[in-house]
Formats: sequence, C-alpha cells, structure tokens
Amino acid sequence: MTFKPFSEMTESDYAAVGFKSGLEIHQQLLTEKKLFCRCPAGLYSDSFNAEILRHMRPTLSELGEYDGTALMEFKTKKEIIYQINHNTVCTYEMDDTPPFELNDQALDIALEVGLLYGCTMVDEIHIARKQYLDGSIPTGFQRTTIVGVQGSIPYKDRTITIVQLGLEEDACREVSDVGHRRVYLTDRLGMPLIETVTAPDMRTPQEVAEVGEILRKLVRSTGKVRTGPGAARQDVNVSVTGGTRVEIKGVPRIPNIPLLTYSEAMRQFNLLRLRDELHRRGITAETFEARSEEVTKLLRKTRYMPVKNAIAEGMKAQCVLLRGFKELLRWQTQTDTFFSREISDRVRVIACLTTLPNIIHSDSPSETLASSEWQMLKKAVAATEDDTLILIWGNEVDAKAGASETVIRAKEATIGIPSETRQALRDGTNGFERILPGPDRMYPDTDLPPRRITREHLKNISTKVPRPFYENIQWYNELGIPEDVKDPLSISPHSVLFESAVKRWGISPTLASVALIQLPKRVARNLGPHVSFSSHSMKELLLALKDHDLTREGILPVLRDIASGREFTRESLPPGCTDAELDDTVKRSLNVLSRTKVRHPEKRAELLMGLVMNDLRGRIDGRVASDKITRTLAEVQP
Amino acid sequence: MTAPDNYRGYRGEALDTLKSFGAMVWSDVEITTDTGSFTGIVLPRSETADPLHIVLKLRSGYNVGVAAEGVRAITVHGRKEAHYKIPEKEFPYDPAKPRVKLLGTGGTIASRLDYRTGAVIPAFSPGELYGSVPELADICNLETEKLYGVFSENMGPEQWIGTAQAIGREIAKGVQGIVIGHGTDTMHHTAAILSFMVQNSPVPIVMVGSQRSSDRPSSDAALNLMHSVKTAAESDIAEVMVCMFGPTSDQYGLLHRGTRVRKMHSSYRSTFRTIGDIPIAMVSREKITPLRQDYKRRRKDQDVIINTAFEEKVSIVYYYPNMKPDIIDSLIDNNYRGIIIAGTGLGHVNKPLYPSLKRAHEKNIAVYMTVQTLWGYVQMYVYDTGRDMMELGVVPSANMLPEVAYMKLGWALGQTDDLAKVRQIMMTPVAGEITEREPSNGYLIFQGGIPEVEEFISRYRR
Repeated sequence: MTFKPFSEMTESDYAAVGFKSGLEIHQQLLTEKKLFCRCPAGLYSDSFNAEILRHMRPTLSELGEYDGTALMEFKTKKEIIYQINHNTVCTYEMDDTPPFELNDQALDIALEVGLLYGCTMVDEIHIARKQYLDGSIPTGFQRTTIVGVQGSIPYKDRTITIVQLGLEEDACREVSDVGHRRVYLTDRLGMPLIETVTAPDMRTPQEVAEVGEILRKLVRSTGKVRTGPGAARQDVNVSVTGGTRVEIKGVPRIPNIPLLTYSEAMRQFNLLRLRDELHRRGITAETFEARSEEVTKLLRKTRYMPVKNAIAEGMKAQCVLLRGFKELLRWQTQTDTFFSREISDRVRVIACLTTLPNIIHSDSPSETLASSEWQMLKKAVAATEDDTLILIWGNEVDAKAGASETVIRAKEATIGIPSETRQALRDGTNGFERILPGPDRMYPDTDLPPRRITREHLKNISTKVPRPFYENIQWYNELGIPEDVKDPLSISPHSVLFESAVKRWGISPTLASVALIQLPKRVARNLGPHVSFSSHSMKELLLALKDHDLTREGILPVLRDIASGREFTRESLPPGCTDAELDDTVKRSLNVLSRTKVRHPEKRAELLMGLVMNDLRGRIDGRVASDKITRTLAEVQP
Repeated sequence: MTAPDNYRGYRGEALDTLKSFGAMVWSDVEITTDTGSFTGIVLPRSETADPLHIVLKLRSGYNVGVAAEGVRAITVHGRKEAHYKIPEKEFPYDPAKPRVKLLGTGGTIASRLDYRTGAVIPAFSPGELYGSVPELADICNLETEKLYGVFSENMGPEQWIGTAQAIGREIAKGVQGIVIGHGTDTMHHTAAILSFMVQNSPVPIVMVGSQRSSDRPSSDAALNLMHSVKTAAESDIAEVMVCMFGPTSDQYGLLHRGTRVRKMHSSYRSTFRTIGDIPIAMVSREKITPLRQDYKRRRKDQDVIINTAFEEKVSIVYYYPNMKPDIIDSLIDNNYRGIIIAGTGLGHVNKPLYPSLKRAHEKNIAVYMTVQTLWGYVQMYVYDTGRDMMELGVVPSANMLPEVAYMKLGWALGQTDDLAKVRQIMMTPVAGEITEREPSNGYLIFQGGIPEVEEFISRYRR
C-alpha cells in the first residue's frame, strides 16, 4: 500500500489513516514597547553594533527532571553568537538585566483575545520560563504565561477547542547555523506575542488551513495585532493512527499548511510501515543490532571527493553497521525523500556536521565509494549481505557523535515515530529540528511576582471585544452590502463604527461600508499601504454624512486628508451649498451650455449636471442637484 | 510531611477553600469555578503572595492562580509530589590532579528553587556540583565544605573570621588551592577583608559567584566555577582574588586583586572591575594569561599567617552636599571607633561638618578620607579645605577604595587602640590596597556612542 499523491487525497483517505492536526499560532501584538523591557517594538534591522557569545547548559525543571530537548541541545555543544543593535535591544534581551514589569498594553490585548475565544480566564497569571537551549533566546528560556484556557470557535457543524491562550516574548531570528556556530539577530527578541493552541480537532490538511485562517482573522479583528511578514507564524501538530504528535515549526504562510501536513502524515504512515517491515525481518528494539568502527585508514585512497578531502584535512571516518537493514535507507518517507534523510538530519543537527552530504550508505544507487571500498568496509565491520553500512566523516568528536546518533535514529525506527519538532521546508516536506520538548522544560520565573487579573478589569476589557467576524458576515449578508467589503469590514476595527452608523445613525449600510472600506482602500492604493484612517476621524466623517454636512461625493477628498494625517472636523468642510447658490450655478451653467454646440441634445441634462457638479462637488448631494436641473430644464423648454 | 506542610504557603480564603474540598499541596485536582475549570497539581504558594489564590500546575507545565472565591468544587484525583534535586554523582578522584578545596558561603553559584518564597535559595554539595558541572573533574580533585548558607548581604565579621580560619586550616592540610563560593553583592568586601586576614598565603585563594543563578541555561555559574577551580589548581598566583566574567560573553574570566576590585553593575555578568589598576590575569578554560608580573607566587611551604582581628564599630559615611553634622555626631555618640568618609572630588566635605570632625578627633576616633569617585587618589593639599580637615585629624588614605578602607580600618582597630599604630597599619599596603602609581590604563570607562569606541566594540565580541 502506498500513500496517494497530494492532489488525489480525499477526506475519506485522511480518515482512513487517522489524520489529526492542531495549531499553535504565534501572533505579534501591536504594542509600542516590548513585553518585559522598554525597547521599541516592531523595529527591525539587519545591521548590528556588537556581538556577544554564549553557551547553553541544561537545568532541571521545577519537578526535578531534565528535559529531553535540553539534553539534546547540550549534546550539540554550539557556540551561540548574538548580533546586537543598540536601537532595538537593551541589556534585558542580552540577559544582563532582570525583566521589567509585564507590558500592560500587551496583557490587555491578550485578555481581549482570550475573551474573544470565550476562554476561561486565569485569575492570577504566573510567568514561566520555557527552556530553549537552541540559543534562540539568550536567557535560555522564554518568559511566557497562560491567560486563558478552554475556549472555542465554531467551525463547520462543530467547534474547535482552544486549549490555551498564552502571552509570551518572541525569540531571535536565526542568521546562520554552520558547524558548531549558530548566529542570531536579536531585534525581534522580546516582542510581545500571543500563542493560540487548538486541540487536534482538524481532520484534513485543508481543515487545518481553514481554521488557521479563521483564527488569523479573529485576532486581526481586534485591530491590535501586527501584520506583515513574520508577524504571525504557525506551528502545526500532526499525527496519524499509531503515530506520534510531531510539531512542524514556523510555517510562515497559511496556504503552505495543507501540503506540509500532508507530507507529515505521509512520513508517519511510511515510518509505521518501515517499522512493520523491520518487525517482519525480526528486528525489534530488543534484537536491534548495530556497531560502529573508525575506518579512516581504509579510505585513505578513496576517490570519492567529500571523504577524500575530509581525510586529507585530518578528519576521521566512522562506519556504522545496521544489522538486517539492507535497502531500508532507501525506504520512502516523504515525496522524493527517504529514510536516509532522517539519519542525515540528526547527524546534521546533533553532531553539527552541516556540510552536505554528511552521510553516505551502501543502499545508495548513486556513485559514492568504489564497490571495492564498500567491500573493505563490510569486512572491517563484519557485515553480511543483509546489512546496511553508513559512513560519516568529520572531526573525531563530531564523527563519533554522528555515528552514535545514526544508531539511535535507526533503533527508533523499530519502535515507531520519535516525538520531534520539524522544520517546514520550501518543497512542502519537513526536516528534523529537535526532539519535541515536554512539560519538563517549564520552570517558574522567580524574577517576577504573580499578577492578579481582577474580575473588574476583565469586565472593562470585555466592552472592547469585537463581535466575532463570522457573526458580522452573517449580518452583512442580511443587509446586502457590496460583496467585496464584507470580508475586510468584518475584521476591521471600523466594524464597530459600521454598526453604529447603521443601527444608531440611520446611514445606509452600503454608503457606510463604502465610506469605511471601499474608498479608504482606493486612497491607500494611491498613497501607499501604510496610510491609516483614525477611528476618531472616521466617526466624525460618518456623523457628517448622517447630518448631510458631507455628501457621498465629498468623502474621497476628506479621506485623502485623513490619510495624510489630518484630523477630520466638520469645520474643515466647505460650507454646504445654499438654494440661492444652486440657482445661480445652474443658471450660469445653462448659459455656458447655450453657447456651446450640442451634438446630442438628449444629453443636455447629463452635460449640465457635469458642469454644475464641477463647481459644487462635495458641497451638495448629487440627487438634489439632479432634481434641480431636471426642474430647470423643464422650465426653460417645457 | 507535617500538617502545615500540606498547605505550604496557603492562608486565608485559599487555605479554607483547599481544606473544605479535601485538597492539599501536590494534590492532582480538577478545580471547577464559576467560569470554567482547570486541571493540574496544587503547588505550594509563596508566603508573600496574597491569601486569595490557589496555584495550579497545568498539564502543559504552566502555572496559574485560581481565585478561591470563584471555586465551586475541587475533585482530587491523586497526588504527585515534586523533588527538586540536582543529580548527585560522586566526584571522581585522580591522584595526578591537584587538590582544591571549595568553601561555600552561599550565593547563587549553586542554587535551587524555594517554594516558600518563590525565589532561589543556595544549595551546595560536591556531588551536586559534579552533577551539574562535570568538567570540574578534568581540572582537579575537588573537596567541598559548606561554611555558611547566606546571601552575601548577610555576610559579616563572624563569617569573615570563620572563612579566614577555614582557609588557614585548609592550607595547613596542604591543599593546592582554595575556591570560595560567595554571593556577588559583597564579594569585594569579603575579598578585601580576606586579603588582610590571610597574609602570606602559599596558594591561590579565589572568590567566585555568579550573576545569573545556576538554574538558568545561560548561567555564568558553570564557567565561573571552571575558571576559578582552574586558577586555584594551576595558577602560580598566591593571592586573594575575585574570579568573574571579563566580558558579558562566555569567553574568559578576569582575576582581580582582592583589594582593588569592585562590583560595578547591578546585573551585568561582567560586573567586577579592577579599579585604578589592571587585573592580575585572564583565565579561560584553556589557559591562564597573566597581565602583570608583580603578583605573589605560589610556594611549597604552608607558612600562612591568619590574623582575624576585627573591630565592628566602624562606619562608612558617603558624603553629600548639605550633609548635616548630626550624621557624624550620631556616630560619635554611639561609640564608633572609626569612620571612613567617601568624600567628593579629591576628598572633601562641607564646612559645617568641621566641628563634629574635631569632636571625633578629640574622642580618639580614627577618621580616614577616601574618594567617592572611586578612581584616583585623595589629595588634601590642593585646596585649603583639605588642609583644614587634616588639621582636624582626618587622614587621607591615598587610592584605597572606600569599602576596602572600611575593612582595613576594622582590621587595624581590631589590633590596637593606638591611633598612631592604626595609622601605620592603614598606610602600609599589605595586599595592593594602596598603590604607588596609577597606570594610565587603570582608568578606562569607554564611552558608548563615540565612533572609535563603537568600532572597537563591533570588532571585538564583548
């Protein structure tokens, strides 16, 4: 049995493999400052003034246990370099100053989103340290806290559970990771973000993307989250029946999710089949047999360049024998990806052998070592025809670490699917990133006291919570406003204004939606995407429309003013057109028209309207002018 | 577990709520409130926290506080007690390696979480140290002894004297080096007094601590420990030193002379600086690089002199403009025997203090002048005011740091009442506390923002 291609998979195919997926969405908040220090938020720059160097060591969790990921990262012995820009980073991010108090603005946004999800809110928040020994945070941990649990959103005919909503600081951006040296840029470090964790309630890759999209729109509807590249990032958890929860990290775009989750389901499916094959061959965790040997001397004369060069530079080669694994390194795991990649990834990440290829193996059809050399190696490690050999090269310590990781990963294949976090790759497949961390990496942050969230404060916040956008859309459908404004209006911070305009001020729904969404969009197209329309000015604009101080035709110039930063007030409007002035203008225009040769007399009204509106645009409702013209024309030529 | 331990830290409403539903600390529970429910383990509560909330560790590992007033029911499913323990392994013995003794006084060099206060408390044992920093076994055979378990602000004469005596005992036993684990806040005070109380040491005496507690992955504790143990085991510098990070990066440590070192930043790793001179050496995991040659060398003998005299009635007065004479008077009236003034500039105080200084002199109180600029010498001849003060018996104490002068005056007054003899002890340098000259690179505080400094910083990782 094989896994169908992506385009041929149906809902029932996914049901058959027991596809289950959940999301962890990280969304940066629109605050002025960072979460635990007073550095400006959202200021990014690739340039830096200084670098510092750190190493990470594992520490115990609160319950007295070491975390698996922590130990793995310690095995890698990485030198971590942080690039520091004075403008975006202070001594807090460098871990040379204790945290300042939690940013209130960020906390309130998180509370608002928690209420939007209908979460059970936490009465007293406790800051935790979540260990990250990959160096992505200079402290070695992320300060994070839970503000609510057990929320939900409607989806199709069911609900998707929000397991928890966290508030935490963002990590560094990785610049490079070569050998034992990893470099990070620190500008994004410390940015406030919320983490939304859903239950594994999604049943197909498409559902995962759809729920991701709903959640994205929901948080954006608060108007208090950041947008743009990197402002929202998804981690996707995937498992199939018999498989393991595997986390695909840092998916930058929601449309990438379906293919990525499909690939992971396929990987798990194929790894489970690989296990069955191993068991069929009598290889289990108990009977698993492997050995490794240094074979540098045997390969002194090899013509295979990567190994030849390595040995010339004084590196060592290790040969690993996997008993009974013949042909299994070519076992397909993902599209165009094989079990050998699982091993190569581990060797790359844990043994820090980052130059590829970092392993070769005897199942490979491509030209590597000469067959006589494979024969020599086979002899050296006493291999039979049923076995597979893997060659790893690097400095003595790394080559040994690579050999031992190879054995560890191969043995895991007899057990099932290791709990891992995996990187999303561009081709839709994924690669090993690290062992999946467990709750053992949590530790209370002793630098900050717990913080009480009173019922009163929550009540206050709840008045600002926007109506869920899917409810807005339902209402817009009833109102029959233009199709293209529904979606953007439903998540716009102006959706509240729209409601007031329609329900309280009696403005036509179409006019209000056009004024709030369509026309501002047109202005933004001309002036650039970064223009903003302040709620206060937009409210004044709607009120002016309500009182007929502003006409539909006058909206656009006003919006241009607002976009260029001027507050809108009614006083700044040109005075409304009086009846006498309209009379005058119509008469004057009629005069102009009478002196012009008109080829299509039936278009006289239209021409006259154009002349009048040229003079009075924005100061008079088009319909009033049109009525007047009709009446005047009727008078002059009855 | 005793009864109160079952509700550790809880009081008031939260305590009553736990009791009424039969739950206690470490109970595995589901708490139903008027708005929802939470599942997890009841944790002890910090004693300083309010009596209104119950702390739960959720399955995800996060802790949350649940308001007792909203609790409708608690269902107890079981119990899971945490044992926070660093894995203890026996420190391996290698006859080829030197013997180093680690004396513990407290501080964050080794620490663990305290549920009672929610803060970190010091912990210490050789097995624990080996469990968390196994690299130490590559350097030496380490023995440890916990002398005290106090934060450094609680160190005082009793601990200083005890530590000096312990050093004497260890040298007599023939150890090749001594490391003293100490909180960083007053490490330089202790380094100064040990420089006076322990004379003529044949082996290195290295004080060490950490600015980030060892329960953090980025802690400087492990590297500081390795550096200090290496210095104690291998260096030929037989002085009292402070060994802490040079730069904030995990690169190398500096060995500061015990009488010239000072903590200069409340939280930076590279907080310790040698003032008015350069450090004795740099130390990395690979090597010790002396920066100067005028240090006392390691010897084979055990001829150390321990002199633990100390007079407690000594004070430092940090002068500020508008200081009133009653500050000095109160010291006089409370029978203080010595006063260190940290004066402005070259060593000045305002005129209204003069009568009180005169009174101190008449009461046989030793008054010494230091500078609050920290860098530079006291020079009381430049201005008339300085000359006036010397007339009043105020003794300029060259470039002794105020804290060092405080320690030395306590030590001198502990030995004699005779102010002339005190003066002789004070003004005769025994461990570099007064230097004859200040090298031009003894005062380097680079000013950030200036192009050449920025260029330097960007070129060298710091």
